[in-house]
Amino acid sequence: MTTPANTTHTIAEDALRSALASSKRPKRPNALSASLTFGWRAMLKIKHVPEQLFDAVGAPIMFTLLFTYLLGGAIAGSTGAYLQFLLPGILVQTVLLITAYTGVNINTDISKGIADRFRSLPVWRPSVLVGALLGDAARYTLASVIVLLLGLALGFRPEGGVIGVLLSVALILIFSFSLSWIWTMLGLTLRTPTSVLWVSTMIMFPLTFASNIFVDPKTMPGWLETAVGFNPITHLVTAVRGLMSGNVLMGEIGWLLVACAVLVAIFAPITMYLYGNKK
Amino acid sequence: MERNRDTSTGRSSTARNGTPAVDAEGLVYRFGNNIAVDGVDLEIAPGEIYGFLGPNGAGKTTTIRMLATLLRPDSGTARVFGHDVVSEGDAVRGRVSLTGQFASVDEDLTGKENLVLIARLLGHSRKGAKRRAGELLEAFGLADAAGRQVKTYSGGMRRRLDIAASIVVTPDLIFLDEPTTGLDPRSRNQVWDIVRSLASEGTTVLLTTQYLDEADQLADRIAVIDNGKVIAEGTPGELKGSVGSGVLRVRLRDPEARPEAERVLSQTLGVAVETPSDPVALLARVSDPERVSHALAELSRASIAVTDFALGQPSLDEVFLALTGRPAERSNTTEEEVA
Repeated sequence: MTTPANTTHTIAEDALRSALASSKRPKRPNALSASLTFGWRAMLKIKHVPEQLFDAVGAPIMFTLLFTYLLGGAIAGSTGAYLQFLLPGILVQTVLLITAYTGVNINTDISKGIADRFRSLPVWRPSVLVGALLGDAARYTLASVIVLLLGLALGFRPEGGVIGVLLSVALILIFSFSLSWIWTMLGLTLRTPTSVLWVSTMIMFPLTFASNIFVDPKTMPGWLETAVGFNPITHLVTAVRGLMSGNVLMGEIGWLLVACAVLVAIFAPITMYLYGNKK
Repeated sequence: MERNRDTSTGRSSTARNGTPAVDAEGLVYRFGNNIAVDGVDLEIAPGEIYGFLGPNGAGKTTTIRMLATLLRPDSGTARVFGHDVVSEGDAVRGRVSLTGQFASVDEDLTGKENLVLIARLLGHSRKGAKRRAGELLEAFGLADAAGRQVKTYSGGMRRRLDIAASIVVTPDLIFLDEPTTGLDPRSRNQVWDIVRSLASEGTTVLLTTQYLDEADQLADRIAVIDNGKVIAEGTPGELKGSVGSGVLRVRLRDPEARPEAERVLSQTLGVAVETPSDPVALLARVSDPERVSHALAELSRASIAVTDFALGQPSLDEVFLALTGRPAERSNTTEEEVA
């Protein structure tokens, strides 16, 4: 460290002055580059705080094992047959449940004060959120890989092959990205990170269970079957099951992509408005 | 309010152009029914160090957040280098930097990663960002801690990193919200050095503080803010002149001698002398420090033994007492400091 001999200050005045003088303002980054930079930040956070991946690693293992062996015999007669039915659904549930962290993270940024710095930078404003969502996509991918590997080890055989599986994961990621705008909106509205996590879990838990993830809706009472039919998660699971078993259900996929577009069209602008006008 | 423009700051960059760095009129901001900022007018010249002095909840932070485009004023207008903070927010953000009251860096990342992040967001190339980060870490005495997570930093290091992040690209105007609150004296001096260097390189500085001493040390002009209003404005000299330049505190050996000492002091100083609850203490607001030595000599001539005396700058509380007739306290704390 360069310490001037006559003072105990650690600030090297000459270095400071030259640092101040030598900074020219570069050209602004474009929207994509700014978003990727924020995505890089999310990766760095995973590198420094790997514990935060617990929910992306631990939860999928727990859910897959628990439900396969707990319910398999009762529902499908054997765990092997049930796994073939359950795994695409568990994959969807696992990823959707961890989307809640998007909202938690944005709320943490705001309560810590760093959001103020980002908001006062001359960058494309949505890039903070888009970048964070890109970073989350890495978590979702990791969770998906873990569920799939575990499933394969337990005997799950996707007839749709590698392509079917890859398309399934892609579809889940697109849906998660779209859904996450609801959580970022909550993250900007609620007071604490804990309340964001709580509220989003309260929404996602019933939605994932009241779907076709665990059982065929035909076994449900009529009114519930109807309700489950309206649940977007049911459509996602049906499409994913289709892709994994080699049946591309264009109708379901089209329906989902429209739903994703609607989610983004509604919640992205609300989120951006809240972000721009946060008190 | 009469504006006391000080033209003697002698800063070369003051003449850079005719547009004020900040020009605000009638700024108002409400949190619900609570008026946090109540009609603030400001004019800050380029290159100036301008201090907002006021207690917690006075509206300092809210005003800065409006100027930094983080809050939309409920009424009034503000221009930063001629750009409207509401309709030309992006142009304003291209000229300013904000160092918030709470460290606005990412605690999970290392010091270097934080600076590279900001440099990349401002458009530096990957290589350029690393070079710039290294340069700043060196200049701010953080080179040794560059690879450590910020959560392991001391308060002073965090503050310096925070300010470094604000000058990755040297801004034309920097907002420093209570830059030294909670710092030890040495770190505080370092921050002061940084602020002076910034200003000498031509950056306009708007800083908030609760300490008259700090505003006095750094600012060319000061606005005293209370309850969302600017209640006084001027150079530190003018402000202190209006308040009395200091407070003389005297402690006697013998409490019996206090009435006599009170008489001697009030005669020689020409001001009223207060007698606090401490039976050997006396306190006087002095307008002319020259008279203090004379007054002390008079005490000695009257054979009154003095065990301790001090001439201090008026505290924020005393400034407030002089300006408003009440101490610098707020019955209700607004949300602004926590929101």
